[in-house]
Amino acid sequence: MNNLLLCITLAPFLAYFVVLLLPARAERLISRWSIGAALTHFVTVLGAVAVWLGRGRVPWTDLNLSLYTSSDYQFVIAIHLDYIAAVFLLLGSALFTLVVTYSSVYMHREKGYARFFANVWFFYMGYTLTVVAGNFETLFAGWEVLGVSSFLLIAFYRDRYLPVKNALKVFSVYRIADVGLLLAMWMSHHFWHANVPFTVLEMHDLVREHVVDHAGMAWVIGLMLLLTAMAKSAQLPFTTWLPRAMEGPTPSSAIFYGSLSVHMGAFILIRTHAFWMELPGFAWIVVGIGLSTALVATGIARVQSSVKAQIAYASAAQIGVIFIEIALGWNTLALIHISGNALLRTYQLLISPSVVTYQIREQLFGFDPSHSSRERILPSRLRDTLYVLSLNEFNLDTLMYQSLWNPLKKAGKMLGFLTVTSAMALFGPMIMVMVAFLLRPEFMPGWLVPAMPYVAASIAVASVLKAFSERRHARLAWFLIVMNHTFIALAIAFNADFDVASTFLYLGGIYIAALVGVFALEHMRLREGGIDLTRFHGHYYEYPRTSFVVLLASLGISGFPITTAFLGEDLLFAHIGDHQLGLAVLFAVSFVVDGLAAMRIFARLFFGPHSKTYHEVAYRSS
Amino acid sequence: MDMHFDKHHVLHELKHYLPAQAPLKDFVHHNTLHAFQQDEFFIGLKKSNTLFGYKTTLPLWDYRARFGRGEISQGAVDFALCELPEVEKVAWWQKMQFTDYHQESFERIGHLRGTWKRIRGIDLDALVHPILFRLINSYLDQGIAMWTFPESRTSTFREAVAELERSSVASLFYSSEARTALCDPQFQLEDALNKVVGDPSLYGHYLFDQQFAHQGWSGMVSTIEDLPHSLLDQRPVRLEDFILVELLLEWDALLHHEGLAVKPLAAYLDGRPEDLFAPIEFSEKDQVLKYWQEAMEWSFYDTVLLGMREGAKFAVAKTSPKVQAFFCIDDRECSFRRHLEAVNPSIQTYGTPGFFGIDTYYLPEGAKFPVKVCPAPVTPKHGIKSTQTVARPKERNLEKGSHSVLGGWLLTQTLGFLALFKLARHLIRPSKQAGTSLAFDHVDPKSSLSVVYEGAHEHGLQIGYKLSEMADRVASVLTTTGLTSDFAPLVYIVGHGASSTNNPHFAAYDCGACSGRAGSVNSRAYCSMANNPEVRAVLAERGIQIPPTTHFVPALRDTTRDEIAFYDTDAIPSELRAPHQAFALDCEHASAVNAQERARRFVAVPLGTSATAARTHVQRRSTSLFEPRPELNHATNALAIVAPRTVTDHVFLDRRAFLNSYDPAKDPEGLGLQAILGAAAPVCGGINLEYYFSRVDNQRLGAGTKLPHNVMGLIGVANGIDGDLRPGLPSQMIEVHDPLRLLLVVVQSRGIVQKVLDRAPATRAWFDAAWIHFVAIDPESMTPYRYVPGGGFQAYEPFTRELPVTSNPSLLTATTRENIPVHVIKPSA
Repeated sequence: MNNLLLCITLAPFLAYFVVLLLPARAERLISRWSIGAALTHFVTVLGAVAVWLGRGRVPWTDLNLSLYTSSDYQFVIAIHLDYIAAVFLLLGSALFTLVVTYSSVYMHREKGYARFFANVWFFYMGYTLTVVAGNFETLFAGWEVLGVSSFLLIAFYRDRYLPVKNALKVFSVYRIADVGLLLAMWMSHHFWHANVPFTVLEMHDLVREHVVDHAGMAWVIGLMLLLTAMAKSAQLPFTTWLPRAMEGPTPSSAIFYGSLSVHMGAFILIRTHAFWMELPGFAWIVVGIGLSTALVATGIARVQSSVKAQIAYASAAQIGVIFIEIALGWNTLALIHISGNALLRTYQLLISPSVVTYQIREQLFGFDPSHSSRERILPSRLRDTLYVLSLNEFNLDTLMYQSLWNPLKKAGKMLGFLTVTSAMALFGPMIMVMVAFLLRPEFMPGWLVPAMPYVAASIAVASVLKAFSERRHARLAWFLIVMNHTFIALAIAFNADFDVASTFLYLGGIYIAALVGVFALEHMRLREGGIDLTRFHGHYYEYPRTSFVVLLASLGISGFPITTAFLGEDLLFAHIGDHQLGLAVLFAVSFVVDGLAAMRIFARLFFGPHSKTYHEVAYRSS
Repeated sequence: MDMHFDKHHVLHELKHYLPAQAPLKDFVHHNTLHAFQQDEFFIGLKKSNTLFGYKTTLPLWDYRARFGRGEISQGAVDFALCELPEVEKVAWWQKMQFTDYHQESFERIGHLRGTWKRIRGIDLDALVHPILFRLINSYLDQGIAMWTFPESRTSTFREAVAELERSSVASLFYSSEARTALCDPQFQLEDALNKVVGDPSLYGHYLFDQQFAHQGWSGMVSTIEDLPHSLLDQRPVRLEDFILVELLLEWDALLHHEGLAVKPLAAYLDGRPEDLFAPIEFSEKDQVLKYWQEAMEWSFYDTVLLGMREGAKFAVAKTSPKVQAFFCIDDRECSFRRHLEAVNPSIQTYGTPGFFGIDTYYLPEGAKFPVKVCPAPVTPKHGIKSTQTVARPKERNLEKGSHSVLGGWLLTQTLGFLALFKLARHLIRPSKQAGTSLAFDHVDPKSSLSVVYEGAHEHGLQIGYKLSEMADRVASVLTTTGLTSDFAPLVYIVGHGASSTNNPHFAAYDCGACSGRAGSVNSRAYCSMANNPEVRAVLAERGIQIPPTTHFVPALRDTTRDEIAFYDTDAIPSELRAPHQAFALDCEHASAVNAQERARRFVAVPLGTSATAARTHVQRRSTSLFEPRPELNHATNALAIVAPRTVTDHVFLDRRAFLNSYDPAKDPEGLGLQAILGAAAPVCGGINLEYYFSRVDNQRLGAGTKLPHNVMGLIGVANGIDGDLRPGLPSQMIEVHDPLRLLLVVVQSRGIVQKVLDRAPATRAWFDAAWIHFVAIDPESMTPYRYVPGGGFQAYEPFTRELPVTSNPSLLTATTRENIPVHVIKPSA
């Protein structure tokens, strides 16, 4: 009985790997396995919840596995079941079972049938891990899986331009959520002087005591968690990613962007509710965000003339209301609301193609030419202004682009002179000098000692910005990402006691991924000539295997939990002092951007309309 | 292109080339490449390929593989090469088999406008398309948005956007220049082109580049401009306005991106672009593909022509049949008729376009708009109203309620949970729901129809038909099909429709001759006319004696569910009740075996499944939310045969033929044939070519896979939220289709056929340009004569020596999911 929760967490991993192993054309095998496994999972969840209820609803911790321990640091994988996890598990497994069953017929004969099921299992694996996570570290691992699987699901039709472009867009917003979480974890480590399980957050007196003592740190944690929640749950100003995620087959849009994925922000707010409620006035910020999203998203939903966008905005608006409910402490109501919203939006998206049938019928019999929208009562100037704003999505999409990505790109462009050779010539000596300083600290001028971590981290950020904005050479961009990690490691080495083990964990993982990537890119360069990043090439069409290898390498190099770099990443943060917010931000920025840069290289090379037109190739506008 | 800019000419040309697909509610199949139809087929294809980059044939490897599998016969290859001198044949055959050709295509379209990106690094598509699509979609929207575009019913697109800009504080534009220009009625298309392009000699080219970067939306705008009635809630939209707004958005993006110093495109050009319409070069590769395509087509046609010749040997005229039943010429009725005749050999079936000559609008009781139920090109002057309808169940539609803050708050927490159970129940047992379009729902069987004109006019239509008008319509079907004597006691007029759920393309599955609706109103109206004693009296004067003992019964067949419904059965005379019951039972049997035959194409049904189980399965498909293939519609269509049934009933055509009944003996002047061909060539040809092109380039000429489709404004589908509209057929409809042109076969002597062609140049153009293959079979000798474009008829001797013979086609269909070769059906003893 004791391992029930562990089974629930691991089962999707198993199901996922089995789907990967099944032959891609064996539709029936894949669908039967998936439906069977999903149903079994659902029943097991029901059982687990029943057991949990029987035990008097006390939080039930099932695993406390320490992956890495050093004198002042422990990386623990913990899972536990409480009322929040129970609701999300029930909701997720019920919806997942239904949608997998739905898709088994719906996806029949679609190119990528197996890939679709692999992706949804991958997503579900991340979902399960996230909701049963007992601490931030575990949650973060699940969180990363959610992000990558979302990218793959949105870009399911990888031979077209818009799905790939939008997948990158959504991924970049998810990266912002990641950085919020990373910084919250870092601060939280210092706040508690350890990595604590979520159960600690529920100890009100303890929390209160800590918050009073370290108000600043507590606020940083709270705000970072809120940022994460806002980005992931499509609250203002991030709302516009949600409708743009509706690029995959309808069932995957329905379950993930209509329901499960988009409620993860609300989840994290409820999960950490006991903590941030102790911050005076914080709840009102949450209310403000929820309220403004509810209003703005409703306005946008009202003018949408495409059915999926309408549902997406209506859903975001309800999540705004859910944010308010959580802020007011009505967690039970919020959980009911989350479930209801998730179920309804899934259903609405699944039946969205039906709208033509019943609306045309309704129009035929009920058309009233004098009927006009509810907004007619507004003064025309206000009404038309609101209409234009809503139609233009309050410029949120452009705003996001201009305020976030353009500065990054511009910063990167300042390093436009770099080439592979000059980058090596520049960074090589720098690294040598720094390593020398590390080995012989006595050679370092005294005034430089406190500045060194910042110098190294700044170089790291500069190089990753250049990697992100590099238009021409894939190899240069790749090399710069590696440089980024190297300088991050150096920065840490200067900052704290040089910890060989953690540096090894970190850089070891990165370098393995980097090497794999170098070989794969070189392979592509030899076969296809120079590979530039000015456009999408769609090379997966001819190189499916190389594309998979580069995907893995890109994930590895961006610290995804498939190499030891993931552990190392968290470890490195632990080495940043609680007063070094600037350094933490530099680190965080470089993690966000290197993930983006790596996925961008991958997507530009292998996704999008194929550059060779000897077969049917889609329009760019499709 | 000219050195000066002739706006009207360029707009006219644009409209000519843009896709012509109407909004979803009236899906009408048409030749996707209608713009090239004045050219010979392969020349037209090559032009479209050069201009727009369309794939227009299968890839070379596919033909070679088909040859390897025996689907393309050696005989057909020889036939395709037959006009070459002997020495060249070998060389071409070598090329067809072995030469590697460079198969990438480089379309001419897009290069001029692409200069912005290539030279200035400005991605105009990315900057302009999202807002442009949202604007036009909101303006045209038929009922998705809850807040409709202000003034969209009364103002043109440009005026509506300008009005919005004038009154709003916020703007869609960055720059005041573009905004001012929009609001200035003096500012015209040429002015905008001057700002963006700068050189009048490039305007036409630029507009082609620009509009073909989103041909879905442009085509929709152009179609609605030409056919305003294709929207129920009409919009005074014009392509010119749409282009002007797009140019202004482009100018605005350029001003924003480049600043006020921005120059028009002409200033940045590094050379003159290649003329879009410069002469094309028909290369060796094109020739090879042409030979392969013809070889593939004749591999099949040849067996059909041989099969008809051999099958006709078994022809027996049915004397005094008990029942005569008319069906639509639709290829989906091909197998049903075969099964019905097998179940009861005393039934005689006929094929005629499924609107049965009833050119009308249908006005359902309580409807606000007339609904067209005849072929799309026909503009009816008549209307038929239904009255005494059983109250239409009011559908509770809570969709929109859940999109407001408060409504959503209430509904998500209540109905939201219901959705879980609804979905779970539906997955286990799919059942009809709001998103289901059922063929039988088209007309309430209990309602009465106003078939006879009683002086009423509505919507500018004459409600009901006058006596002579009714007689004309009844006579037309009977004379063209050759049923002018020997009437059976029961004559059934069976329209058809289709049922599907969660399917934005539902209209594409219904009867094409009824503008994408079920044919039940037409069949009821027809029977009402044909049973009318006054009409019969007029017909008698014209030489058609319908005995008083004959009764016409209307019916509708649901091709998806394999079900048949009879209408107005109360009117059946008592002595015919029993035979009617017997016929209904025959239909039941035939429906089940027909479902069984159809089910072989569905992988979900194991081969050899029983008829009952197969029928349950096909019915389930029609109500399943999660079934993207309710049926396979016209997939695999390749033939249209205008002939007496005796010529086709002993040849197994695997549901690939449109069958129009015709009696050559009764049509000495060819007038009936002329009428038939006048409808059959464009309708069957249109369906066939739409399937052809959607199949060979599903990405650009088809709609791609329908699984990610998002409904836009109830008028079209797009991928995601900011994609272009996707006209054409989704991949789920065409994946089993082989791209063969239509072979139209007529049984009539060459002399008469030639006369018909001389009288009907529009019909003849289809054959002269070879977009349809045409063959006339001599009714006496059964010798086929192939129509050689421009050059009259040439006797055709099939190269296939022998066809497989079967006495039970069901055995064939129970064993394979692939196309089944033509068989001769030998009567069993």
